[in-house]
Amino acid sequence: MRAVLFPLIATSLLFLGACATEPEKPAASAPVEAKPGAKPQAVESKPVARVDATGRSTGSPFAALKDPNNILSKRQIYFDYDKFEVKDEFRSLVEAHAKFLRENPSAKMLIQGNADERGSREYNVGLGQRRSDTVKKMLTLLGAREDQIESVSLGEEKPVCTDHSEDCYAKNRRDDMLYSGEY
Amino acid sequence: MIRLLAALLFWACSAQAQLAIEITGAGAQRIPIALAPFAGEAALAPGISTIVRADLERSGLFRGLELPPIVPEPTEATNINYAEWRSRLADALLVGSVQPRPDGRFEVRFRLYDVVKQQALGGVAYTLGKEQLRATAHRISDFVYEKLTGEKGVFSTRIAYVVKRGNRYELQIADYDGAGAETALASFEPIISPVWSPDGKRLAYVSFENKKPVVYVHSLLDGKRHVVANFKGSNSAPAWAPDGGRLAVVLSREGGSQLFLINADGSGVRRLASSSGIDTEPRFSPDGQWIYFTSDRGGTPQVYRMPASGGEPQRVTFEGSYNVSPRISPDGKTIAYITRNAGKFQVALLDLSNRQVQILTDSDRDESPSFAPNGRMILLATVINERGVLSAVSADGRVKQRLSATAGDVREPAWGPFIE
Repeated sequence: MRAVLFPLIATSLLFLGACATEPEKPAASAPVEAKPGAKPQAVESKPVARVDATGRSTGSPFAALKDPNNILSKRQIYFDYDKFEVKDEFRSLVEAHAKFLRENPSAKMLIQGNADERGSREYNVGLGQRRSDTVKKMLTLLGAREDQIESVSLGEEKPVCTDHSEDCYAKNRRDDMLYSGEY
Repeated sequence: MIRLLAALLFWACSAQAQLAIEITGAGAQRIPIALAPFAGEAALAPGISTIVRADLERSGLFRGLELPPIVPEPTEATNINYAEWRSRLADALLVGSVQPRPDGRFEVRFRLYDVVKQQALGGVAYTLGKEQLRATAHRISDFVYEKLTGEKGVFSTRIAYVVKRGNRYELQIADYDGAGAETALASFEPIISPVWSPDGKRLAYVSFENKKPVVYVHSLLDGKRHVVANFKGSNSAPAWAPDGGRLAVVLSREGGSQLFLINADGSGVRRLASSSGIDTEPRFSPDGQWIYFTSDRGGTPQVYRMPASGGEPQRVTFEGSYNVSPRISPDGKTIAYITRNAGKFQVALLDLSNRQVQILTDSDRDESPSFAPNGRMILLATVINERGVLSAVSADGRVKQRLSATAGDVREPAWGPFIE
């Protein structure tokens, strides 16, 4: 085991070494002495902006989407019967996602609108679409790009709760906001 | 034989859910008919006359008479003693025979008589293999039905519907009586809104397998299917134009749920109507002149119609605050739709000539009405004991039938067209 691991570690270290930026040496032909009082040269670094779309690294902004302590981990917006207005209690959630989409132009969102089971399946596709369109519109008004968001409807076909009660219906009248890789 | 099983999303061999029909009502005046067992029919169980009898009784228009054993068995060649059959209270008589052939196939012959008018109404001879027993019996039923009622029978037609078991959805095709169910498509995502092409060879439907509604056209013979509408947003509610070359669909690609026309190959999409509400569930009138649809442009969902070439929609339903899923009868004279009536969703029938509305069902969660191609019966989905079942009601509300599967929820029925 150790015999296998050691060369691996050694190779990794070598690569790490190769990647590390070496401090620039002063040119030998023109030595510059750091005299007391002399004006120091400005050293400029050239950082490479790192984009992590894996959602795994804790350093990535996408990690916030999965952090239960972050509002961005909340993805459901619930609606009243036969209604599609976003209730006040969900405004801050929509605003947070709009900010995220604004600050992460590569992020893409699918909004799936849903309806409760009562009535026609196709009309319920329409009701779900109205709900997802409403949130999409709100997000774009708050600065998200139109092409970052697709709003669709699952009608009454994907209930999270299957009892025939008002409690259940209320849970099913919802939008689910999903980011790339989550659907 | 037609193979429906190709091109499944995946295979999984669970027991087929067979639909069984239960009749819960009948027409007021049923034609009493004597269906003598066909001579030699024991060779083809369950017997031609048994299947024909079930067909005719299921229509609600016939009553099969109980007959004592008749010796010798009458056949299509027997001389009919009309007085004797009249004394058994028969208005009509069907006799026939089944003969095995040297090649292993069978020959079936029959003759139908009007006992009251004392005249022969004709007969046909068929050759068939064992596997065509039901299809042959249904053709005989169609013959009897048409001769005695003057209307075409629907016993040889098929129905499509969706069965949900656990998280599995199957689009199935069966004979009109639920027999011989075959799975055309299986998926772990919902399938809704199947509609038959006018030639009965293809189905359009909405599948959610791409995590959003997409409209497909699926050829039943070879199982090949293609996407008709997969635009940004939702794509749903397909309806065939009578020419079979175009579909009306509902797209949200320009915002909201709006009506579009599209060619069956997915080309040539163009907007049909424009509203700030939900426009959905389009259906062409049989003459292709009108498109009936559901819209909540006036505040509540109601049935509207507009010229298929475009133009101003007119409201069609006025009673009640929830009238959806319009289906035009094959003669274009009435529409069946779902109305919310004191919290119950029921099938209503609107006579377009006099605006009379009749509620046809007494169930409370009806959906997706679908006319038989002769306009006599309306197939629908309803819920009984928390399970989705198919049910049928005659257009006069008198005859009621229930088709229930052995397992799972059955929904989204669509009655197929006449097949020549």
